[in-house]
Amino acid sequence: MTAFEAGAGYGGQNRGGGADVIFGGGSEPLVAHADGSPASKRIIVGYGFWIFLLSDIVMFSAFFATYAVLSGETAGGPSGKDLFNLTNVAIETACLLLSSFTCGIASIGARARDALMYYGGMALTLLFGAAFLYFEIHELGSLIEQGAGPSRSAFLSAFFALVGCHGLHVSLGLLWLLTMVAQVFAKGYRPDILRRVLCFGLFWHTLDIIWVAIFTVVYLLGAG
Amino acid sequence: MSQSDLEILDHGDAAPGDEPAGRHEVVEGLLGYLVGLFLATLITAVAFFVAGTNLVWGPSIPIALVVLAIAQIGVHLVFFIHITTGPDNANNVLALAFGVLIVMLIIIGSLWIMANLSHNMMPMAM
Repeated sequence: MTAFEAGAGYGGQNRGGGADVIFGGGSEPLVAHADGSPASKRIIVGYGFWIFLLSDIVMFSAFFATYAVLSGETAGGPSGKDLFNLTNVAIETACLLLSSFTCGIASIGARARDALMYYGGMALTLLFGAAFLYFEIHELGSLIEQGAGPSRSAFLSAFFALVGCHGLHVSLGLLWLLTMVAQVFAKGYRPDILRRVLCFGLFWHTLDIIWVAIFTVVYLLGAG
Repeated sequence: MSQSDLEILDHGDAAPGDEPAGRHEVVEGLLGYLVGLFLATLITAVAFFVAGTNLVWGPSIPIALVVLAIAQIGVHLVFFIHITTGPDNANNVLALAFGVLIVMLIIIGSLWIMANLSHNMMPMAM
């Protein structure tokens, strides 16, 4: 482990002939870190997935910008003030926040190889996530029933696009959650599986961050 | 060394920091998530209260809500996503800063341009 004193970044620049990829004890190459110690694959995978999540957030920001521009264009139809039920939104918020917490417990359980914490945490995350989806679908369905569907006005189109896109992410997250439960069950707490659990946790917490922006910008500011 | 530890080392993929978390780390991790949950619940409750109250001066409510949302996003980033200022996190923080810049450009830029456009529109026949 003395081959990489030459500071090299994340597999990037190659300075003064110092190799930026060295081979550690195992079969996997370790990438030299800026301070001379190797960054573990867990940190590099987390970084790469974080870049993806930020690009997802940038995509959401376009939906937010569309909503913010169109939020007043109700075409004579109902506005957010007439439609939003803040009790329902508070329940959805509580579900998603609690599922974020239980997802954290599951990720500790995975790191500690604690079956009760991992499977219990994942089961609760699934439960709260599904409850969130139930209330959200119920809300969107009742809007369509009232004749306030996405085709009613530009405001409602932007609203359904933004909230629906988040709901779609939560649905996909629940599928991923089930996949991670199955993979840990079938393959055990292998390092590669644990890295996928880490990425799932980051994804789930990021969905909660986007929901914070949605309940503030769409519901609380729209209903006030 | 237990059988499962041998399996993990044998896979050749583990690095320092990938060892199973001990009891101390579990308690520490749980405390972190509990603090995060407490702060996030508190901020959310305040936000819902502020939105529906007459006790706060009306025009200040939107600004208060935005500030609360930014605070809550900060709590989520620190306690749930574990963005820190540690050396192995410098790249994550820089990527986040760049992401925030792009998000701000998209949202503020859109609002600014569209407000200008509608200001310059011919008034429609009523």
